Amino acid sequence: MARALINVPKTARRGEIVEIRAMIAHPMETGYRMGTNGASIPRDIIRRFACGYDGEEVFSAELFPAMSANPFIAFTLVATASGAITFAWTDDAGETQTVSAEMAVS
Amino acid sequence: MPSRRVLLGGAAASVAAAVLPSPGARAQTQPRVVVIGGGFAGASCARALTRLDRDLAVTLIETETAYVACPFSNAVLAGLRGIEAQTFGYDGFDGIALIRKRAVAVDAERRRVRLDDGTDIDYARLVLAPGIELNFEALPGYDAAAAEIMPHAWKAGPQTLLLRDRLTAMPDGGTVVLSAPANPFRCPPGPYERASLIAHYLKRNKPRSKLIILDAKDAFSKQRLFEAAWQKLYPGLIEWVPLSAGGRVTEVDPATQTLATEFGSHKADVANVIPPQRAGAIAQVAGVADRTGWCPIDPVTFESRLQPGIHVVGDAAIGGAMPKSAFSANAQAKACAVAVAALLREREPAQPKLINTCYSLVAPGYGISIAGVYQPRDGLLAEVEGAGGVSPLDAPPEVRELEASYAEDWFRTITGEVFG
Repeated sequence: MARALINVPKTARRGEIVEIRAMIAHPMETGYRMGTNGASIPRDIIRRFACGYDGEEVFSAELFPAMSANPFIAFTLVATASGAITFAWTDDAGETQTVSAEMAVS
Repeated sequence: MPSRRVLLGGAAASVAAAVLPSPGARAQTQPRVVVIGGGFAGASCARALTRLDRDLAVTLIETETAYVACPFSNAVLAGLRGIEAQTFGYDGFDGIALIRKRAVAVDAERRRVRLDDGTDIDYARLVLAPGIELNFEALPGYDAAAAEIMPHAWKAGPQTLLLRDRLTAMPDGGTVVLSAPANPFRCPPGPYERASLIAHYLKRNKPRSKLIILDAKDAFSKQRLFEAAWQKLYPGLIEWVPLSAGGRVTEVDPATQTLATEFGSHKADVANVIPPQRAGAIAQVAGVADRTGWCPIDPVTFESRLQPGIHVVGDAAIGGAMPKSAFSANAQAKACAVAVAALLREREPAQPKLINTCYSLVAPGYGISIAGVYQPRDGLLAEVEGAGGVSPLDAPPEVRELEASYAEDWFRTITGEVFG
């Protein structure tokens, strides 16, 4: 769908609060704009973002047309166990792009 | 012929007292305009004021004995030009009282400037032209010491030569990383002209090297022209990483020459960090800068929106649609001088129309330009629709060569007018 960038620390201590960053290259077309031909440009936005950790959803967000292109989301997690951190962006067409990264917790 | 220029130096407080009239004595007939900053904006304004009204007493406060111009300084760091060609003195400033001191405070209520030696200078109107200050607080890891290792070269002079020497010392196959800030900043096409000329140097001297631009923006001035030229002249040499690809630099580490972005990090053999900027220090002290760090102004008179009697011109001002360029600074300074002269004679200031042109060299003999016309609208300087434009994307090499020579002509003309 689009290029996604994530930033997850490779290692963390158990109990440490770590910052997670995620950004997807996406136009976030509102549906309210008109093209040069006078026809409205159809809406095309990322509707939902979710982050899973250790098999569980730990963070999610609903996105709306007011959000900028290339939405950038940063949040924090408590490092509890080694495992995959997964990211999923779902667009208006229902398509989902996923990315994941491993974090080793000691 | 005796020079009317008054030079104050050393511990000349008593001389200053003798030369600078106390308020009231001559103020009625000869109002004093004080200009702080001797760059393109300040020097242009001081000279325009003396030309407009011979009865004005014009004082220019500038610490440096010579000015090193930024336009064309990218050619210096690429080894195409000497720094002498960028350096200008103040010898021709007849009729202007030059004070080689630093202004440290402004009392807007009493209309008085305090110098670093404790002297006070009264003014009827003050023009601030301090240019930019690098905003070190906005980039963790970057400060004056770090700039000695990862030069910004965004104020021409020793920094320009430092970056040039770093490029010269870099082995072939090295990586140059240039970081460009978010808007607004001095010289919007500057980072990309610089990237072009560094690429020219690398292609000729170190062809296995690479240049990465880490950008806090997704678009930049003359972008299509630059990108087309890079494709043609430097294929594969320049990699531009925009904001949406994680290009914003969030922290630098001079010890390892590493630039961290939101999503990764880049190790450089030569790093050129162009940090976020704000209006020069005296603007912050005088209370004419707002929360953005820049100075809101009236677009007709350039008088500060925050402090009466103080005008701000050049890079420090919020110029609306006008870019922060030497050409803009010169145009604003002249318009401001007209307004100041009118206000002092209690006449209505005229509506100015301002022009800006920015030339960029992509290679020697390959120039591109952007031009615009601006006038006050809704309290800001707005671009006049259809009056400006950029070089055509499909122009033949002869046009690029002509534009490169126009750039040289422009530089000679403007520096001749401002410092000659």
